[in-house]
Amino acid sequence: MKNRFYSLMGGLAALLTVFACGPTQEGNAGALTSNAAERVYVAPGEHDQYYAFISGGFSGQLSVYGLPSGRLFKVIPVFSQDAEKAWGYNEETKPMLNTSHGFVPWDDSHHPDISQTNGEVDGRWVFINGNNTPRIAKIDLSVFETTEIIEIPNSAGNHSSAFVTENTEYVVAGTRFSVPVPQRDMPINEYKGNFKGALTFISVEPEHGHMDIAFQLMMPGFDYDLSHPGRGKSHGWFFFSTYNTEEANSLMEVNASQNDKDFIAAVNWKKIEEYVKNGGGTLMPANYAHNVYDDNTHMATSTMEKEVLVVNPSEVPGAVFLLPTPKSPHGCDVDPSGEYIVGAGKLSADLTVHSFTKMLDAIENEKFDGDAYGIPILSFEDVRAGTVSQPGLGPLHTEFDGQGNAYTTFFISSEVVKWKLGTWEVLDRQPCYYSVGHLMIPGGNSRKPFGQYLVAMNKITKDRYLPTGPEVTQSAQLYDISGGKMELLLDFPTVGEPHYAAGIAADIVKARSKKIFELQNNNHPYGIKSDADVRVERDGRDVHIYMSTIRSHFNPDNIEGIRVGDRVYFHVTNLEQDYDVPHGISMIGANTSELLIMPGQTETFVWEPKQPGVWPFYCTDFCSALHQEMQGYVRVSPAQNAPELSWSLGE
Amino acid sequence: MKTTSSLGILWVAALLLGCGGKAEKPTDDFSIQRQKAPAATETPAPETTQAKASERVDLTNKGVGPITSVTLPAEVDTDLAAQGEAVFNQMCLACHRVGKRFIGPAPNNILERRSPEWVMNMILNPEVMVNEDPLARDLLMEFNGSPMANQGLSQEQARAVLEYFRTLK
Repeated sequence: MKNRFYSLMGGLAALLTVFACGPTQEGNAGALTSNAAERVYVAPGEHDQYYAFISGGFSGQLSVYGLPSGRLFKVIPVFSQDAEKAWGYNEETKPMLNTSHGFVPWDDSHHPDISQTNGEVDGRWVFINGNNTPRIAKIDLSVFETTEIIEIPNSAGNHSSAFVTENTEYVVAGTRFSVPVPQRDMPINEYKGNFKGALTFISVEPEHGHMDIAFQLMMPGFDYDLSHPGRGKSHGWFFFSTYNTEEANSLMEVNASQNDKDFIAAVNWKKIEEYVKNGGGTLMPANYAHNVYDDNTHMATSTMEKEVLVVNPSEVPGAVFLLPTPKSPHGCDVDPSGEYIVGAGKLSADLTVHSFTKMLDAIENEKFDGDAYGIPILSFEDVRAGTVSQPGLGPLHTEFDGQGNAYTTFFISSEVVKWKLGTWEVLDRQPCYYSVGHLMIPGGNSRKPFGQYLVAMNKITKDRYLPTGPEVTQSAQLYDISGGKMELLLDFPTVGEPHYAAGIAADIVKARSKKIFELQNNNHPYGIKSDADVRVERDGRDVHIYMSTIRSHFNPDNIEGIRVGDRVYFHVTNLEQDYDVPHGISMIGANTSELLIMPGQTETFVWEPKQPGVWPFYCTDFCSALHQEMQGYVRVSPAQNAPELSWSLGE
Repeated sequence: MKTTSSLGILWVAALLLGCGGKAEKPTDDFSIQRQKAPAATETPAPETTQAKASERVDLTNKGVGPITSVTLPAEVDTDLAAQGEAVFNQMCLACHRVGKRFIGPAPNNILERRSPEWVMNMILNPEVMVNEDPLARDLLMEFNGSPMANQGLSQEQARAVLEYFRTLK
């Protein structure tokens, strides 16, 4: 450290000599190269090279950026209501946020992962975990919308999730907090030995991506922090980092940091799959929501599932092993070849790298160092490939460039360190501003990373942007890693706290992106396929308006005969079949959000008028030169004295 | 400034006198303006002496777009026309009504005023037509600047709609 300081001083002195007469640069430019602006500049009308899907953390959403520009394209609502898009407000999407605890309008979204085919990102879906009320969501990249959410039973703090195997056979969700399974009333201090940690394997149907819980592996009551799939030679295995192997239940920052080594749990899921296929495991009563959105009915349905298949690891010998790993490992990252498993012991001074080959050998030769609840613990020295010695402070997460290099974030020393797989030597380091958490190289968690850019997601922003009061923007930084040395190119703000991200070459995704929903495939029960079907129907106090929109009118735009106390459903179909012509609608006093309806789509909001009068509605998304004329009226009469129900346009 | 404001007061006074002070009279004032609008459309803008775009007859103009030549058989193909009617009702009805000027013009007798190619190009390529075809541009102005939406019809669907139009006299 001291040496670095002196060389830095030397460098500064040299710089000062060079610029003795000129004004000196202020702030932390870091290793900013002089042509950085040119290298992140994407000219007007041109497209970025990569999509970056960056988690929204406590916003509960997933945001979509372009790289290298850092421009924000879309915030995809996932676990949190979003009034802009009526997500969780319109009748169609409310079921998406249903859980066994009822309607939960928020979550903490952490780790997006892109679906893979043959170990390469294929750009079909992004999976992401809801951390708080355990859920896994699937975003369909043909529409950039959340189309499925499955709740995870027996889990709590769904953190070591949502990572996919190399042919998207499974998306995996591991619990961070162990809990009583099944949940029951018991003293907290009887945690040890009684609480369980569920690792859930969700099968993904290959064509449509339909998710189902295949099985839950019921592990000892540790905290399961992060996980990654094996790939290539280690395909068929999954690796989970653990902490709190002490099984403490209070004052965790001390009590969960006592052991000099925790574990990376290696799970041979192919073996368990086989076991389950042969009738293994126990069906246990459960209650969890499975919510599916259908792009043809434009509606979600929520189903409560009533049982889950549970597997006890001790019943499947040879399926689960524990790899001792120093000091509460966070990241548990597998290199593109599948040989190395990097454990980032966040309280350790070193990075530990395990070898898959050595692990298999140790298993075969039973080089065990005891067991935990019947699960064999492998001997540390027999599985360790190497150690990156004192690369920085507080290692968290590693990704790879496909050129034999690894890049690890260090939270405490606030830097990204590049090091070489196999020799374990440190090649480069660049500071982050400030306190980097995770990083992302597009495809960096696959067999084939696109080793051009690295995004560092920082936990602390401080003075990097114009101040906005006590709460400042979250931020990320872009580095060029195509040369020998990393180069900082760009700071850009992010939505929510970015915990993790996944990136992919834009070409793979953009060709599949839908432009409209076809009207002829609209099977919404309250949708209309033609303006001839426009109507208003009364069913007791419920009134259903089958409304259409096209530039630039609503049909009908005059409605009479609505009574105070009615529940009025506006089912609005956008009859447009042209790219980028959504219409919006909002009603004065409606206790919900606007709708934003894509071409060919139907959406519904409910309005319960409370007083007589003539109440206007209007289009909220500027659609044409006559957008301002896109408006209408509903006449509301006293319940006892209302005219006949009638509707019209242009009469 | 003073002159204008006193003139204004005079005007208001005259208005009040003229209206006999009745509260509903401002509607009359509004209706005077309303009468002006139809008058303006009846008298074409000075730069053109042509008829309204919707009434103009131009059977040689093929418009701008993918359709360069359409041969219409002597007899109407009723099956095709029926298909066209279904497409029309799904994709076009929101703005075009048979026998009635609506958001856009009525499709009746359209082939007495336009070439079949022009009709199909207007359906298939409305954005370019409005910019590059003078007649399409005049129609946009005549119909309040409300742009014809591109409903993404295939050429086959547009051809079917054309056949349906042949049945609308």
